[in-house]
Amino acid sequence: MQATNDVAVPRSRNGRRARIVGRYVLLTLGAVVVLFPLYMAIVNSLLLPSQIAHQPPPLIPSDPQWHTYPTAWTSGHLAIYLRNSAIQTAVIVIGQLITSILAAYAFAFLEFPLKKTLFIVFLMTLMVPFEVTVATNLSTVSSLGWFNTFPGLTVPFLATGFGVFLLRQAFLQIPKDLKEAAQLDGCGHLRFLWTVAIPLARPAIAALGVFSFLGAWNQYLWPLLVTGNDNSIRTVQIGLKQLLNTQLDQLNVSLAGTVIAVLPLFILLIIFQKQLVRSLTAGAVK
Amino acid sequence: MSGLVARRRKNSGLAYALLIPSLIVFGVFTFFPFAKNFKLALYQNPPYPGLPSHYVGLSQAGSVLGSPEFHQSLISTFLFVAMVVPLGLLGGLVLALAAHRQLKGMAIYRVIFSSTVVSSVAVAAVVFGTLMDPVVGLLPWLGINPHPAILNNPTWALPAVAIIAIWQFLGLSFIIMTAGLQSLPEEVLEAARLDGAGSWTMFWRVTVPLLSPTIFFGVVIGTIYAFQSFGQIDILIGPQNAGFTHTNVLLYYIYQALSVQNDPGLAAVLSIVLFVVLLSLTLLQFRFLERRVHYAGN
Repeated sequence: MQATNDVAVPRSRNGRRARIVGRYVLLTLGAVVVLFPLYMAIVNSLLLPSQIAHQPPPLIPSDPQWHTYPTAWTSGHLAIYLRNSAIQTAVIVIGQLITSILAAYAFAFLEFPLKKTLFIVFLMTLMVPFEVTVATNLSTVSSLGWFNTFPGLTVPFLATGFGVFLLRQAFLQIPKDLKEAAQLDGCGHLRFLWTVAIPLARPAIAALGVFSFLGAWNQYLWPLLVTGNDNSIRTVQIGLKQLLNTQLDQLNVSLAGTVIAVLPLFILLIIFQKQLVRSLTAGAVK
Repeated sequence: MSGLVARRRKNSGLAYALLIPSLIVFGVFTFFPFAKNFKLALYQNPPYPGLPSHYVGLSQAGSVLGSPEFHQSLISTFLFVAMVVPLGLLGGLVLALAAHRQLKGMAIYRVIFSSTVVSSVAVAAVVFGTLMDPVVGLLPWLGINPHPAILNNPTWALPAVAIIAIWQFLGLSFIIMTAGLQSLPEEVLEAARLDGAGSWTMFWRVTVPLLSPTIFFGVVIGTIYAFQSFGQIDILIGPQNAGFTHTNVLLYYIYQALSVQNDPGLAAVLSIVLFVVLLSLTLLQFRFLERRVHYAGN
């Protein structure tokens, strides 16, 4: 007995070490698969045009051409596109946060006729994806004179049923006593919202903010339909489509532009990973 | 008593004031266009621009739904979904299982695995479009060189754009699967381990059944995501492409009806089809959520 145990212990320790090494190998393999496409975009962005077409493709830039980045920034309209995307995203995120906070507050703290019906109306919006309404929205926006304008780009997205649902859940977590105490102290609804409800619901609000940011920044179909041929409000996603149509000798610059376009989101991911995960899994697990 | 009524009335006023901004946006940009689809579907576009469209009843819907273009579009859409959802979920599950252990550096791996969630469809299309290019891409090097080139190839264009969508979906799939794994009851797993279950048996007999609600959630989210995919095809394939008829998924068909054919009636009929498909999926998801909440309540 004793002897077998003595033999068994080191063997299992070796086994565990092997399993950990195996796990790291698997993890690293996964990381390579996930990152490889973007890695190659960075490599290609740093190559000379003559090197890009070389076979086999260079996996490491021997003589990195860093100037493609400032060129992408100045020669294309990338700076304008990024500015437009920033405006579009900021308006949508702030707008969605405001409308969702207000509506969620009403559903969580106020009693009023038709409350249940109205809540169902809000939930129903979750069942009508934007794609289904695109045809009529395009003519609505045109008849409002909003084609190729920032209102046309953003106003249809200034409310979100998902956001109201998410924030209502967060507001409902706030203890009822707190509300009653505030009321006894003569604290009105708007002051209670501003000084108590919003600070307490901050994690959910942050999650909604990150979710809205991601959705707005990455929008494709609507900006494609609603922006005209001039660059005045074209967003970076639509700009990328133009970049790809450039000649081969500009491909490194186009890819530099692509890297610049995805960079803000990577930074966002690293800073707000927790909030992002929270918003994306809302409903997946309790 | 009258004070209470007055106060309640004041509360109602406040409540409606808080709801109005959202209701206006929903009314104008969700419910109105949704309802209008049903009207547009009944009117046919004039043969020449400038003439008024005329009422044709259900005949337009009938001819669209019976057309070979529509059938091809449906087939392409379902093939696309059938490639993206299982492979995307499987990839996410493998990554989540690999990262489900407290080891040094795991935080970095988690950020990497969830990273594709932030890359937009345009970024993914440009990056993969370069990799799949017959001249500058990787395929000649790998010895894969179909003629016509992969993205112009009727056989390969759809799998090629599906690969892009799978890669993009990997991040969300990883996040969903990780959340699911983290919610598994540790006692059950521990008990199975003490009973001497091997890791393979553990996985199939314990982990997968416990994870089935998460997998189901992933299937619904993935399917909705796949049905809404459009940008990869718009950027990399486009109507002039030889592979186009096989990549004309439902959403692209709608876009084309709108911006190329300028045919609101056709777009409306297709939108209603898309809505019905997505609604069934959403209802499935709601029913599932309800059940979960119900269980948790018990």
